[in-house]
Amino acid sequence: MKLITAIVKPHRIDDVKEALESFGITGMTVSEASGFGRQRGHSEVYRGAEYVVDFVPKIRLEILVEDVDAGPVVDAVVTASRTGRIGDGKVWVTPVEDVVRVRTGEKGEEAL
Amino acid sequence: METTLDTGLTAWMLVSASLVLLMTPGLALFYGGMVRTKSVLNMMMMSYGAMAVVGVVYVLWGWSMSYASDSVGGIVGNPLTHFGLADSITDASGEFVLDGGLPVIVDVGFQVTFAIITVALISGAIADRVRFGTWLVFAGLWSTLAYFPMAHMVWGGGLLSADGPFAGIAEPIDFAGGTVVHINAGVAALVLAVVVGRRAGFGSVVLRPHNLPLVMLGAALLWFGWFGFNAGSAYGANGVAGLAWVNTTTATCAAILGWLLVEKIRDGHATSLGAASGIVAGLVAVTPAAGSVSPVGSLALGAVAGALSALAVGLKFRLGYDDSLDVVGVHLVAGLWGTVAIGFLATETGLLYGGGVAQLVVQVIIALVAVIISALVTIVIALVLKHTMGWRISEDDESSGIDASTHAESGYDFGGLGAPRSTAFLGASGPVPTPVAAAGTTSEVRS
Repeated sequence: MKLITAIVKPHRIDDVKEALESFGITGMTVSEASGFGRQRGHSEVYRGAEYVVDFVPKIRLEILVEDVDAGPVVDAVVTASRTGRIGDGKVWVTPVEDVVRVRTGEKGEEAL
Repeated sequence: METTLDTGLTAWMLVSASLVLLMTPGLALFYGGMVRTKSVLNMMMMSYGAMAVVGVVYVLWGWSMSYASDSVGGIVGNPLTHFGLADSITDASGEFVLDGGLPVIVDVGFQVTFAIITVALISGAIADRVRFGTWLVFAGLWSTLAYFPMAHMVWGGGLLSADGPFAGIAEPIDFAGGTVVHINAGVAALVLAVVVGRRAGFGSVVLRPHNLPLVMLGAALLWFGWFGFNAGSAYGANGVAGLAWVNTTTATCAAILGWLLVEKIRDGHATSLGAASGIVAGLVAVTPAAGSVSPVGSLALGAVAGALSALAVGLKFRLGYDDSLDVVGVHLVAGLWGTVAIGFLATETGLLYGGGVAQLVVQVIIALVAVIISALVTIVIALVLKHTMGWRISEDDESSGIDASTHAESGYDFGGLGAPRSTAFLGASGPVPTPVAAAGTTSEVRS
């Protein structure tokens, strides 16, 4: 099993969700995140005083999938979240040892 | 003197007084939005605190010190003459005392609102960091020693009025309070910012506004209330009030453009905070001039005010004083400009209208005298309070937030970690009522 973690632009989240639903993914965890990449943050001006805001708002997406689905799901997320402009985000894949569905106690791929 | 009641005038002045009173809660929103989340309540409470204290002292001795006819050297009215509004409500025969067809008690209501907003304006210079008790004592002392004497000198027939020594040059013009309100408050703000000292993190940490829509709403309420401030100062439901109303609008519109133009050129963006600030700068500048300039003249007056104030707000970073919300940059600078601009733009006596330099000279004199008097009085009050009650809250309290440490409240509950759901209720401070028939109800449910 794999954990796919994606950091995407907030306004792309609906497209990513639709792409994953059409792929047959049954669940995901979404949280608000903030951070920066190579482009750093942005600047704001208040009465002539300029502030650099390092942390840009992002959405963090977490999806547990079977090993075989990992590649296509990553592709789906990347395609749906790409705008081609700086700050589009990152997707990475982590191996997962075990998963338990809390309600039933099912383990492993049964629990996905 | 008009001896019969002018109901139209009275109605208009009651409306105007109500409008001006609305400005202070408006100012609380304007200032409250400009501070950080952790100090919004304290910022607003300084405005409400000014209302509380000044509203009380005004009826006791403020009215008398401002307008009592037995003047002490042209500087202040005798506080005992009308102490507690004695002889200011009804006369010996039980009739309401009239002045120009207006009940004097209505004028008291109108004037107290000016005293309140002037003190509240000062609080913007000392955001996030001062003891609330010291602020309340300051409000009482400063209104007594700085505001009431200034009101007497300018409006009460004192030194800076048409009856004073400078009137020999030309009659000084301060229609609705350029010197009494804005120069006075702006100078006091500068003095307090220096005496109190900077906020922790000033110049290095991000101290940006937490809620700009609140600032915009506050600016809108200030503008609305300012119609009472300026048009009400005509003391008539008449053409002068109409002229003041229009000038108040046109100068303010031009000031928004002036401020935004400076921002666009200097910073690359026309900002909402700039628009809200331009509103206030325009309103301040037109205040002394509202009755003596033409609407076209007010456009020039307002545009310059907006641009000047936009440039002036950067001074605090260059000079190192923490005038947190730019009371100096907006009120002192625009107040000085408006007072002096009358010398150029007054339609009868201004330099640009062929009136010579006399009006300009007298306007500069009254502005300078107001600056000096206000500075001296405020320095004394600020230093006395510094060495007695103390101005600053502790560094820990400041960094954790003055709302929590001073008022035991927080402005917002966003429902996240630390929201009441995960906080234990420690009980009410008073007696807690026992739930009626709790035991019986429970047993019925169980059965």
